[in-house]
Parts: sequence; C-alpha cells; structure tokens
Amino acid sequence: MSDNPASLAHLHSRTFLLPQEDIDTDQIIPARFLTTTTQDGLGKLAFHDWRYDEDGKARDDCALNTLDTGEFAILVAGRNFGCGSSREHAPWALHDFGVRAVISSEIADIFRSNAAKNNIVPILAPPHSHAWLLEHEGVEVKIDLERQYVDLGNGPGFHFEIEPFAKHCLIEGTDPLGFLLSHSDDITAYEACSA
Amino acid sequence: MSPDDSTPRSLFDKVWDAHQVKAETAETPGVLYIDLHLIHEVTSPQAFSALAARGLKVRRPDRTLATIDHSTPTLDFKAGEAPPYATRAAQLQVERLEVNAASNSIPLHGWGSEYRGVVHVMGPELGATQPGMTVVCGDSHTATHGAFGALAFGIGTTEVGHVLASQCLLQRKPKSLRVTVNGRPGRGVSAKDIVLAIIARLGIDGGTGSVIEYAGEAIEALDMEGRMTVCNMSIEAGARAGMIAPDETTFAWLKGRKLAPKGAAWDEAVTRWSQLASDPGARFDREIEMDASEIAPMVTWGTAPDTGISIGGHVPDARSASHQKALDYMQFEAGQPIAGTKVNQVFIGSCTNSRITDLRQAAEIMRGRQVAPGVRALVVPGSVQVRQQAEAEGLDQIFVAAGAQWRQPGCSMCIAMNGDRGEAGELVVSTSNRNFEGRQGPGARTVLASPATAAAAAVTGLITDPRSLMEPAHV
Ligand code: SF4
Repeated sequence: MSDNPASLAHLHSRTFLLPQEDIDTDQIIPARFLTTTTQDGLGKLAFHDWRYDEDGKARDDCALNTLDTGEFAILVAGRNFGCGSSREHAPWALHDFGVRAVISSEIADIFRSNAAKNNIVPILAPPHSHAWLLEHEGVEVKIDLERQYVDLGNGPGFHFEIEPFAKHCLIEGTDPLGFLLSHSDDITAYEACSA
Repeated sequence: MSPDDSTPRSLFDKVWDAHQVKAETAETPGVLYIDLHLIHEVTSPQAFSALAARGLKVRRPDRTLATIDHSTPTLDFKAGEAPPYATRAAQLQVERLEVNAASNSIPLHGWGSEYRGVVHVMGPELGATQPGMTVVCGDSHTATHGAFGALAFGIGTTEVGHVLASQCLLQRKPKSLRVTVNGRPGRGVSAKDIVLAIIARLGIDGGTGSVIEYAGEAIEALDMEGRMTVCNMSIEAGARAGMIAPDETTFAWLKGRKLAPKGAAWDEAVTRWSQLASDPGARFDREIEMDASEIAPMVTWGTAPDTGISIGGHVPDARSASHQKALDYMQFEAGQPIAGTKVNQVFIGSCTNSRITDLRQAAEIMRGRQVAPGVRALVVPGSVQVRQQAEAEGLDQIFVAAGAQWRQPGCSMCIAMNGDRGEAGELVVSTSNRNFEGRQGPGARTVLASPATAAAAAVTGLITDPRSLMEPAHV
C-alpha cells in the first residue's frame, strides 16, 4: 500500500459509457481550445462539441452534462479510445472532468502514455469483459492497480497489463522526471562519447 | 544487452540501439537520448512552466528548435503591423513561446524568419532532420521526419518537459512492422494515395505500439516530399513512427541545407548514413505487402483516416454503429459513388501535403482553369521557403488566376485553430491528414485526398478523378 494521498492503488467507482469506437482527441477536446497556456480548468471543455450546441448552450440530450463524476469516475469507451493527436490537453480535460480510469478494448498509444502521467489509469479489457461493461452502464467497479485486477462484481472480472514503471508512478506518486534526472551522469557520459 | 555484430538489424533497431543511455529493465523503461527536439506554441507552454516551477534549465537549447505554426494567421499583413490573430488567446500563446525561447536561448523561427513554417516542413528544410537521428516533438505527426531514416515520434507535453530538462525520454522499445509496397503506381497516383491505401489496409489502430518501416520499389521511387507524406500519416494507423531507409535520394535532398554537415563532415556523415538501411534478414514483428499498381487516387468517406476508398469506388455499407454515425455525419449514403459529390471548400496545405512538389501537382491541374462557382479554395504553403519557391516558379499566379487564395504558411485549416475553417455542414476536400468530426470546424465534413484530387475538386466543384483533367502529354 502507498502513503501517497493521490494514489490510485485502489479505485472504487461506477462507470459511465461512451460506446462509440475510435473516439479521437478532437472529440475529447476540440483543437480550437488548445490556445490555452495552462492546464487548469479544462474539464468544462471535455467532449465540448457533444455537450454544447452551436451557441454554447448545454444540450439537454447529452448525459455528460448531468453526470456526477464524483460517483461515476470510470469511463468505459468503445475500441481505440484516444486516437489522433498527442495533445496532453485530452487527459488534462478528462481528469479535470473527474475521470480517474478509462477502460476499453484498445487505447491509442500516446493517449495511454499521457493518461498514466496525469493520474488516469488506462485499462485494456479483454473483449468479453469489455462487451459486458458496455451492456451494464453504471455498474460498480473495483480497480486494484497493485494486483492489476478489475472486479466487476457479478460480471467477468479480469487482469490487465500496465507498464510496470507507469504503475509504480501511479501508485507511489513518483515523478518520472525526477527518475530521469537521476541519470544525469549517464546522460553526460553519453553526450561525451557521441559528440 | 547489445546484439552481437552478426545479428541482422533493422533500420529501427540500429537507430534505437545507438541512442540507449540506459537499457530498459523489467521494472523501468530505458533512457533514450534525443538528438533533435522540435517545439511549437501549442504543446510547449505548460512544459516550460513545469520546468520553471522546479527551477530547471533547458539542458540542450542547441538541440532544440522552435517555430510558430498552429495558431498563426495565414492572412497577409504589412511589416510593422501586428499579425491578424484570430483570437487574443492565439496571440498570447505565440508570445509565450517567443518569451520562452528567448529566455532559454532556443532558436525560434518566428515572424520574420525566412524558415518559419509548419514544424514538420521546417525541420527537414533546414537540414536539422538527419538520418539516424532521434527526433521528437509535442505533435503526433512528428513521424514525418522518419522519411530521412530518423526515428521520429510525437510526445505529450509532460514529455516535452522531460526532453527540455534532460534531453532524454523514458521509453520501452516498440514493436516493428514492415510495410513493403511493390511495383509502381499508375499515372496520377501520388504518395498521399499510397499512404491512404496503406492506412485503409492496416486500419486506424493497425499500427498501435509499432514503428513502421516503409520499403519496396514504390517507396524507393518516391522523392523526399513523397516519403515525408507517407511517414507523416503513420500515426493515422496508430503507429508510433514511420521510417524509410536513407539513400541517394535522401542525401541529394539534404546536401547544402543550412544545418546539414559540410565538407569532410558531410562525406563522413554519408558514409555513416549509408550503413543505416535494414540488414538482409532483419526481423520484424509483423510484415505486410501491397502492390502499388493496384492503388488508384484515394478519398475518404468517413470520419477516420482509415476510411479511404478508390475515387471510382462507392461508399461502403456501415459495418458498425460507429460507421453508421460516420455516414450520418458525412451525409453519405451507403452505396453511392463518391465521385460527383458536391464540394464547398478545398484546402491544399498541412504537414502532409504543403511542400513544393505538392503545390506543383495542384498547380498542374489548376493551370488555365477556374475554381468552380461557390467553392472556396485555400492554398497554404508549408513554410516561407516553400512559398518563395512556388512564387519563383509562378505557381502562385496559377492559383490566383484560377480564383484560389494564396496564403501565408501555417497549419491553417488542417486543425482550424487560426480562424481558417469549414462551416457546419460544408464538405471540405483537404490534403491534410485527419477527417475527425469537427477537425476543420464544428460540423465541417472532411474528405482527405491528394493535392491533385483536391485541385480537381476545386475546379469542378465535385469530387473528381484528377486523371480526367490531366494533359495527355503526361500519360
Ligand atoms: S499541419 Fe496539421 S497535422 Fe501538421 S502539425 Fe499542423 S496541425 Fe498538426
């Protein structure tokens, strides 16, 4: 167990669904909002064009507008979530919106890497568990990151893979830059012999 | 763990091995050295803030190169006047990079530089991108630079901070995938058509977790601009990077460029670069082969880049709810021929297709013709260099005489951040790389195509096979 208060070692929450496949980063946060120079407060822009009409009015028919992510912090998405751009604004927006884990049968590379750096656990589910989750909106899910296991209650729970260092950082709150900088001497030596 | 000399290695293996500061272990990723870090205004400000908050300095400003491209206006403005930014936020973002670059001694090709351009056009043009290098940028189309036999990939802003602070990244070695395109494509079939066909074959996530090496006669026959077009779109199949072995075409293109090695250093570099090609017998995790002669001019029908079909084809039946949603968004009916669809706007530009050869292909179609009534056509060169070259060749005159708008360089309608965009419901034929919902403006419908196909759409007002407009002399 970790002493880190922000640790995602154990996450209990309910799911909300975005079943569409190939949800790209332009859906997660449209490019026209990328002129920001900070990373704060982007949650209101998450899925902007799904949530608001042309005049900026919240759409009544969009469930995301009434979602309480305090209770529903786990996003279950269709295959290949987060494809497209490398913009870290996507996980910043999702985290600020309240998302703490994304479960899909496929998650795009750069998004997966960016998510783990921003306290969102990216989880690849096997097809039958993914299909079950897509049929059971709002179920209570227990994610045990230490054991790499997702407990779905009555549903087909599953083990998932996560890059060990990303797992370590998520649980312990370790800062990867600190780890990288601890190699300064190696980097200097490399530069000396490749110059 | 260094492989012994007799193990055949791929181009990717060789570049990867040469940049290992620290090999990966079961617990930790390896430390990969980065030779060239490109930055732009959109994905860098938070990284500089993170560094400042920790009191860290940029380790190698001399290996960092900045430009402004995404939020910059493409409209003309007079010297001494402020650029006509679309929003105050865009202006502040550019100014932030100007300050960050100056205070960290990072060379910036900003306003006034004759090398300003879309980051992936600028790097190669300067000769900053070289074979065998590792190149990163906070931008998913960084794979473009792989056309030179570099390992080039996109990173998030946290990692931009890592590279600024340490000139390294924590990485595990991706898988490898070789795409071999045999034979030669027919008349009017360009690099863009080849890569759209490759992505249609692989699928939008078919390259996930992989570095692609493009090989085969059709790839070797491409000029550097065409190779950049192919590598550029690797991410649209989910791949981390795309690479092509450097050869005489590469060396000839690079020679004499501003930052390329000179004199004896050049000869030494060419000798080194000539060793980079994959060894015979090098192993790939996966291989696919395609036949270039079967590829026709391609256009996309859906809202993901893997929905390319041949221009003579029909919009396919929806295979899933997501496909149906894409058809509804695009206002296409399954089974309809895609050619003949009415077009509202045409965009010729982006880091996929804004180089001089792209503009020549578009100009060839537009020469002596008029943009169809009611169609707006934007031609946006990738850099100041491309713009000057095009003007020296008189291409701008061809575009302007046809009724197209000849703009200043930038990302423009590729990402629609700077005020250039499609309106809701408009159909845009675009030489860029992404047709996601809303990418070119809320509600805008994007059809991806080659420069020739885009130009043909401009002058006919319809999605049109460019081969029908080509001079018989070019048969
Ligand atoms: S042209 Fe488009 S894809 Fe290329 S860097 Fe600019 S916004 Fe990104």
